[in-house]
Amino acid sequence: MDLSIAALLVQDGVTNGAIYALLALAIVLVFAVTRVIFVPSGELVSYGTLTLAGLQLGKPPGTVGLLVGMAVLAGVMECASSLRHRDLRGLPRRLAAWTLLPCAIAALVWWAAPRNWPLPVQISLTLAAVTALGPLLYRIAYRPLADASVLVLLIVSVAVHFALTGLGLWFFGAEGSRTPAFASASLDVGQMTFSVQSLLVVAFSGLVIVALYLFFERTLYGKALRATAVNRIGARLSGISPRFAGTLTFLLAALLCAFSGVLIGPITTVYYDSGFLVSLKGFVGAIIGGLVSYPLAAAGALLVGLLESFSSFWASAFKEVIVFTLIIPVLLWRSLTTHHHEEDE
Amino acid sequence: MNRTVLTLALAALAAVAAIPAHADINIGVTLSATGPAASLGIPEKNTIELLPATLGGQKINWFVLDDGSDTTRAVTNTRKFISEDKVDVVIGSTVTPNSLAMVDIVAESETPMISMAASARIVDPANPKTRWVFKTPQSDSLMADAIAVHMKANGVRTIGYIGFNDAYGDSWLSEIKQSGKTAGISVVAEEKYNRNDASVTGQVLKLIAAKPDAILIGASGTPGATPQKELVARGYKGKIYQTHGVANPDFLRVVGKDGNGTYLPIGPMLVYEQLPDTNPIKKVAADYITKYEAKYGKDSRTTFGGHAFDAYMLLSQAVPKALQKAKPGTREFRAALRDALETDNVVASHGVFVMSPQDHNGLDNRARVMIRIEDGRWVLVK
Repeated sequence: MDLSIAALLVQDGVTNGAIYALLALAIVLVFAVTRVIFVPSGELVSYGTLTLAGLQLGKPPGTVGLLVGMAVLAGVMECASSLRHRDLRGLPRRLAAWTLLPCAIAALVWWAAPRNWPLPVQISLTLAAVTALGPLLYRIAYRPLADASVLVLLIVSVAVHFALTGLGLWFFGAEGSRTPAFASASLDVGQMTFSVQSLLVVAFSGLVIVALYLFFERTLYGKALRATAVNRIGARLSGISPRFAGTLTFLLAALLCAFSGVLIGPITTVYYDSGFLVSLKGFVGAIIGGLVSYPLAAAGALLVGLLESFSSFWASAFKEVIVFTLIIPVLLWRSLTTHHHEEDE
Repeated sequence: MNRTVLTLALAALAAVAAIPAHADINIGVTLSATGPAASLGIPEKNTIELLPATLGGQKINWFVLDDGSDTTRAVTNTRKFISEDKVDVVIGSTVTPNSLAMVDIVAESETPMISMAASARIVDPANPKTRWVFKTPQSDSLMADAIAVHMKANGVRTIGYIGFNDAYGDSWLSEIKQSGKTAGISVVAEEKYNRNDASVTGQVLKLIAAKPDAILIGASGTPGATPQKELVARGYKGKIYQTHGVANPDFLRVVGKDGNGTYLPIGPMLVYEQLPDTNPIKKVAADYITKYEAKYGKDSRTTFGGHAFDAYMLLSQAVPKALQKAKPGTREFRAALRDALETDNVVASHGVFVMSPQDHNGLDNRARVMIRIEDGRWVLVK
């Protein structure tokens, strides 16, 4: 192994690590605010790539049907809960938000699909369609159980993961897709070659991370989410609606996942069930951050990417074993260094 | 008292009504239409839907179940076919582990089984239970041999191998080592990867560093494109070989122009238009593929659907022979069917099956051709 191979491996590891970092952030964000372990994040990654690939082929992607189906289900749930509480006043507004808006996005994507618009427009459409799934997932699967224990929420997450994998097979088919590279050029710096594609991935991930930081530090909504993460009851007493916080969190998390899907599409072939492994690696990163710290989670995800890239060079047969074994010393270290709290609910 | 008489009469009537139903031929099909092998199982399922509803003048009842590429479910499905549906023959499953697990059950109940999975172990003549088991796909060794012959003819002396980190990849590695040995070709680098890997850069760099004359990718379906695209991106200049597992239109779509010049062995049905008219397979394949593509769209053909069709072709010759000896639904019929399957010579879509007690696959060199990818098309190598 010489320097140029090492440089390529580092580049590969950092590129993948940057994508895992986005997922790690999504997982930490969702857990901090809603106590949900966001297992289905991987499916949203796959949906992101497959939606973009569908748009590239000029076919309406499976996301359209999924979006309409979930929007209708959310609408039915809104009607049912309005009837149960005999409160019909807010219903039209809620139906507009939960049913009409996602359906409008689906219609837009469906209408735009055969028109072969430039890549940035297609990416925006993809982000819109997949991001809309986040709040809908929260509305349908998590909100009715928002006060349940972490364990129950985890079980719901696993169920949602399986449901979304199955729906993915139904809507996108068994075969994988790849999206074209954003740029095929490469830069030569001294002896090393950097592909513009991986530089773009790292740059975009960095940009998103900075944007998230600014959102949490500088905006009222960001501060509201942080407050909910720190103390749920306190935040509620200060007038932050937990429902709103949950919806916003899932919106952000779905955006992050969709964005990772767009970034990973040109690097590898993505299948309806590919996302799970990607999100699992993001999860290892999030665990390194103790599911609370954003910078540690991002650093952990980067470490996972590098470890994966080097172990695929040295011992490709044991690559996954090496990556997932990492979680054991990390858990040991965390359980020895942090005080254990019994779950308070 | 009257009620008892009525019940008895009804029961007798039901028994009489049930007799013609027993003359129907019941066929149980378990395949992997979901799960990791879905891209193989779906065309098989599509093919089953095209098959006729009668055979040898008898009605066929098709019982089709999905096993989700899962061994346990394949076993459960097979037990259900045998105990509840009283099937005369089982077709399935799509993948090797499932088929191997089903062997014990069909042997115990003495029901013939036709597998659509590749491994030669499914019909290993050393195992007495495989007396009841047949399979339609070419064994990996037949295909590996084709690759080794082609490599030798093109001056390849050393090869690198990258394959799935599972039974498929392992089996191909050992087959190519075996076939390579007789052709004087050595494997100088071995790498593994997973279907869902986000990157294979590490493995590919290591392969290229070993400087092999050619690289063989042991993968099935679109995941086979991942190392191929990486090899091209890293500037690998040698020949690239794939296995017959990748031969579907989605692979061509995903691999795009990076697939140009890749060689792979395949059942001749995929390129039937390019076969000479004297080849008996051409007509069978043309019939099947015309029907398939009329229903599922142009260029939707896959070799996997062909394996399901060939299972039916085997039955279409064996069932009439068995019908002369016994009635469907009986133990004697199943035994007669097995005997007929074992002595058949059948021209099917993938090749000519010449069955014998030692060979329950029956395919020979006529069941493979080498093809090359050119601009998103399969081209027969003459």
